Amino acid sequence: MKLQQALESGDFVITGEIGPPKGTDLDHALAEAKEYYTDNVVAVNVTDLQSSVLRLGSMAVCHKLLDIGIEPVYQMTCRDRNRLALQSDLLSASVLGIENVLALTGDHVPLGDHPQAKPVFDIDSVQLLQVIDTLQQGKDMAGNELAGVPKFYPGAVVSPCAEPLEPQLFKMEKKIQAGAKFFQTQAVYDRAAFENFMDKVRGFGVPVLVGIVLLKSAGMAKFMNENVAGVSVPDELIKELASVDKKDRKKKSVEIAARLLREMKDMAQGAHIMPLGWDSEVPKVIAAATA
Amino acid sequence: MIILKQKDFDEIIEALSGERKVFIAGCTDCATTCKVGGEEELEKMKKKLEGAGIEVTGTCVFDTACLSGEVRQKGKDNQEALKNADSILVLACGTGVQTIGDQLGYRVHPGLESLFIGEVVRLGKYEEKCRACGDCVLEYTEGICPVTRCSKGLLNGPCGGYSKDGKCEVDPEKDCAWLLIYERLKERGRLDKMKKMREPKDYSTMLSPRRLVWEKPKVKVAGGKK
Repeated sequence: MKLQQALESGDFVITGEIGPPKGTDLDHALAEAKEYYTDNVVAVNVTDLQSSVLRLGSMAVCHKLLDIGIEPVYQMTCRDRNRLALQSDLLSASVLGIENVLALTGDHVPLGDHPQAKPVFDIDSVQLLQVIDTLQQGKDMAGNELAGVPKFYPGAVVSPCAEPLEPQLFKMEKKIQAGAKFFQTQAVYDRAAFENFMDKVRGFGVPVLVGIVLLKSAGMAKFMNENVAGVSVPDELIKELASVDKKDRKKKSVEIAARLLREMKDMAQGAHIMPLGWDSEVPKVIAAATA
Repeated sequence: MIILKQKDFDEIIEALSGERKVFIAGCTDCATTCKVGGEEELEKMKKKLEGAGIEVTGTCVFDTACLSGEVRQKGKDNQEALKNADSILVLACGTGVQTIGDQLGYRVHPGLESLFIGEVVRLGKYEEKCRACGDCVLEYTEGICPVTRCSKGLLNGPCGGYSKDGKCEVDPEKDCAWLLIYERLKERGRLDKMKKMREPKDYSTMLSPRRLVWEKPKVKVAGGKK
């Protein structure tokens, strides 16, 4: 509710993100979320077996976040569940009080830690958004009536720095047509590329939260350039990161993220900060960017 | 074409352990084209088995191994050699292995791996192009199959996982099918096709085991005119 209200009010909205642990030990993640996200962000995404690595499920962690007063964004990929399981999980999420759902295709299985698993991809992200819409109309995909109708605030993702960009734009329009109410983007490090993207999508009339991923080291930046599609960290940033001692890296990382946020703030309707475990730095990024 | 490769010879030998006499079957179609089950390869396999102390009672390249009638006929032609064998080593696709096993009533051993339905780009280079989904989408995707060639089988355009040089996040050796479709549609002035929403695929057409039986044509009564 908070996320929808904030985006509809036209406020600049900041969301955070946590990746569930591998295992059942959730205390640390929840304590960090409570300490660093409460009052600093509007909602917190919970990833769904990010990078196809087995972890605790997104729905359970979303529910736990609600318990401590944090509004979750339930990330849902099409990689591991067919249409029966996806619809059932959406209904389950609704019963648990989860409203924000981020529909994603999902990373492919061979990229994760169970490369022998059977990939599903029964439906795609556009169709998942359609399913969310259908359930909200009191029907399932097969047209059967639901006893009790869920309510969701569906969002989607887009990759603003992908080359070529046009296929991303076509798909973004389809996602909007299918019911996406907001977009969170892939990590952006290139202001000019993001500006070009925003110029093209402004007319779509849907809020875009620019993706900010904390760069932890020059090595990580290089790894992303080589391995993460649609992400390009400029050489200057890599040099800047490499120029500081290891002990000052967190500070530098915060400084860079805050600068990116400040530079792109006026172009987007919000920012989605992905700290990759450095949750403690999120308040510092926000403070530095808005100072 | 079914693209095939030979199983490791050690695996074949292990499967044949305890058997002294074997008949080898091949196929004139896919297995011959892939150079793993034609006359030449059967001869080589015969020599290797004999080298491993196994007697080969006969060989036959079926034309083709997935045709029941042909298999039965060739079974008759090779009756003696088959009778002397403990089992048949089949250098054909999985369908060929089963057709031969079912029609001739012998124990069969698969000698090949059936990999996919593909195009022979050139000898030694094969690429999957069709998954036989029973619900062809090539009309909408300008002749490039996303069900097969997109690693996620997406129908509504690419994910965010393509690189600048148009490769898939799963494997930098593989092209992003959706970028191929995009480039082709763009070149032909048909990009509007990419904007069309595609409904979830009906996977009931892929429920195994699949079968097709022709309906009997309705008998027309001749109306006098010829």
